[in-house]
Amino acid sequence: MADKRIWVWTEIAADGVHPLSLELLTPARELGSAEAVVFSAAGNGVSETLGEYGASVVHLATDEVFSSFVAEPHVATLAWLIESERPDLILFPSTFPARDVMARLAGTLPRGVIANAAKVEFDGDQLVATVGYGPDSEASVTLNGEAPYLVQIRRKAYGASLAKGTAEVKEIDAVSSPSGNRVQVVETVQEESAGMNLEDASVIVSGGRGLGQPDNFKLVEDLAKEMNAAVGASRAIVDAGWVPYSYQVGQTGKTVKPSVYVAAGISGAIQHIAGMGNSQYIVAINNDPEAPIFELADLGVVGDALTILPKLTERIKNEK
Amino acid sequence: MKVVVCSKYIPDPNLPMTVDPERKRLVRDPAQSILDPGDEFGIEAALKLVEEHGGEVVVVSMGPEAADTAIRRAMAMGVERAILVTDPGLEGSDALTTAQVLSRVVATEEPDVVICATESTDAYTGMVPGAMAAMLDFPQLTFVRSIQVEGSTITVQRDYENGYQSVKAELPVLITVTASIAEPRYPSFKGMMQAKKKPIDTRDLGAIGLDAGQAGQAGARERVLEIRKVEIDKQTRVIEDDGAGSSVDEIVNYLKQVQVI
Repeated sequence: MADKRIWVWTEIAADGVHPLSLELLTPARELGSAEAVVFSAAGNGVSETLGEYGASVVHLATDEVFSSFVAEPHVATLAWLIESERPDLILFPSTFPARDVMARLAGTLPRGVIANAAKVEFDGDQLVATVGYGPDSEASVTLNGEAPYLVQIRRKAYGASLAKGTAEVKEIDAVSSPSGNRVQVVETVQEESAGMNLEDASVIVSGGRGLGQPDNFKLVEDLAKEMNAAVGASRAIVDAGWVPYSYQVGQTGKTVKPSVYVAAGISGAIQHIAGMGNSQYIVAINNDPEAPIFELADLGVVGDALTILPKLTERIKNEK
Repeated sequence: MKVVVCSKYIPDPNLPMTVDPERKRLVRDPAQSILDPGDEFGIEAALKLVEEHGGEVVVVSMGPEAADTAIRRAMAMGVERAILVTDPGLEGSDALTTAQVLSRVVATEEPDVVICATESTDAYTGMVPGAMAAMLDFPQLTFVRSIQVEGSTITVQRDYENGYQSVKAELPVLITVTASIAEPRYPSFKGMMQAKKKPIDTRDLGAIGLDAGQAGQAGARERVLEIRKVEIDKQTRVIEDDGAGSSVDEIVNYLKQVQVI
């Protein structure tokens, strides 16, 4: 039986291949022949990196239409490429654009999808993916019907690893979507978070809805500063616009594994736990003794974060 | 302007989630189920659009008959009418089938704007809106935090990894909204009274042109093979603060013990 063909939908960031796309070449290589799909006007010159991380082929389209992200031309081109190349499995990273493309592709082909997988493998010809299922369970799920199977992998489910290979570049042209190019990107605005990079931090202080109002998020930032920690947030307050998306820890945000994670006013929805549950030590402050975060915490404090945080910050300052 | 909002009836996310190991799915108890709180933002955005430009907001939902309680909540906020697709044959539907069912109904409404949450609060896949947009052949504008409509042009701000983008398209479109789009209004007493009289059009599989074999468990491409408990080996110590910060000593001691301060 020929090797399975595993594609990785690959994003290009300002400084090269997006790290989450590189991570996916690891399972792709384990399961068969890893091929990267790169549709980006900035895609020239990335094939060397992709080869180093295990891609044997790079399907490359560098048309102008891929200069800023719009889902439709990606899906039209990808659908055409799938039709002519017939891969077995396509892996997507956990980013907004990847989700856009995967969901629209699923509806276009149509094919079944698995989102937020922590692991993906084949049992013979049957695809088996592991996904979280409730607070204390996980499930093995499969997809029936025709290949390719579309699977989105969680952040940091796999580590990027060097294979020291070289990739053959197969250039293709963008295929226009049957309904034309209907979406136009007018402007892109950067909103960088000022603090330390969450994913690299060994200590993180995060805040959630329990802080009451946006102004109180400063208490989290103050403590983080004193502890030399990065600042995180739950989806609830990111969605509510208190802090930018780059702060979000959780299933649809960043996955972090610091040595210490301090959660203030975070109830511990599954969404959040998926992103920080593997932290080495967890300290939780919440006024609801029933909050699920306490099941996960090493030290749980039932109390008001608004009272405790400033005192804690002051104490740590004095300890120095 | 006609705005369709897709809504979901889900187990209350504030209550513990339970899994039925026999049937390999979530336990969905109507007594503990509500309108997905994430949908209220889209309903609010839709009501605002119609208040500004005129027109009508229609809710489309797929779920058990009891899902009408969630629809009544949307109606109490101001939604005028709703379509509920309900059929025993829909039980166990996956994301793709859900998108098929919803897009078939939405298409018959010929809306200018379709609004969905970015993802449901029970399953979190976020796959239904994009799949629906493909089936409807509408452009998709996702992770939207503000909407502006002028004539037949819609301009939105969408979140992306390091900031936001301004994106524009011609109507009709499908958009997914985040919670920063608008603070949902609280239903008034009058609104709740009026909601009881508003029409819910209930449709079964036959009415939307699908066979039993194409939907529910039978039609699902995604299948659960096995559910396992994950053992969390944690020794939790929970202390209570006296309301004046008495816990601070213990927190500091703990942080010293794990050597971060």
